[in-house]
Amino acid sequence: MAIQIKTDIFDPFQEIQAYQNTKLVDVMTIGASNIFIGTMRDFNEDTAVKSMTLEYYPSMTEKQIEKIILAAQQQWQLIDCLVIHRVGTVLPNEPIVVVAVWSSHRGDAYDANRFIMETLKSKAPFWKKELLDDNQERWVIKNTNGYTSV
Amino acid sequence: MSIKVRYFASLKEKVGRSEDTLTYSNPMTVYDVWHYANVGTEIPENILAAVNMDYASLDFVIVDGDEVAFFPPVTGG
Repeated sequence: MAIQIKTDIFDPFQEIQAYQNTKLVDVMTIGASNIFIGTMRDFNEDTAVKSMTLEYYPSMTEKQIEKIILAAQQQWQLIDCLVIHRVGTVLPNEPIVVVAVWSSHRGDAYDANRFIMETLKSKAPFWKKELLDDNQERWVIKNTNGYTSV
Repeated sequence: MSIKVRYFASLKEKVGRSEDTLTYSNPMTVYDVWHYANVGTEIPENILAAVNMDYASLDFVIVDGDEVAFFPPVTGG
């Protein structure tokens, strides 16, 4: 398991590849790898957004993400998990979060990844402040519901 | 006895500081800590609290050396 908080832009695919190359290269039981990448969009609630700044609670954030992964490991058969989350100022199209899950079977990989991501959204202490087109700042008050299309 | 109190995000802006160090003598809950640190300010309705980096309810009783944190609902991911 690895949890990484990054203050600078990163390439999700390179990070995942590097993790696989160092931690999982000799693991022959992997049959399913499920990857979620969340990126910043340039709008929120029908308003254009120029950038956002992500604040977090150092140590508590990592501790809570670890608890989420441990809870997932209790529920599904997982080989490994990697969670990367960006903090600081983020621009549209830049990655914010990566959840990568490796398992022997796709059902565990799919379901555990969704669980980790949705739980992170409500439990990991991160907060977003948006910079709008008119240079006004706005705190994001709540996350969208991940289980509906709206 | 003393504790550290931390504030994050919009709540930090609202109270105008990121942390307090408080000394106290009688047992206190997390709810009491808010009012001790923010005299005359009602506790926000949707506030979340943590003690030593785990979520805690407002009636959780703190002990010497604890780190108590208050923050709004989280919006990461």
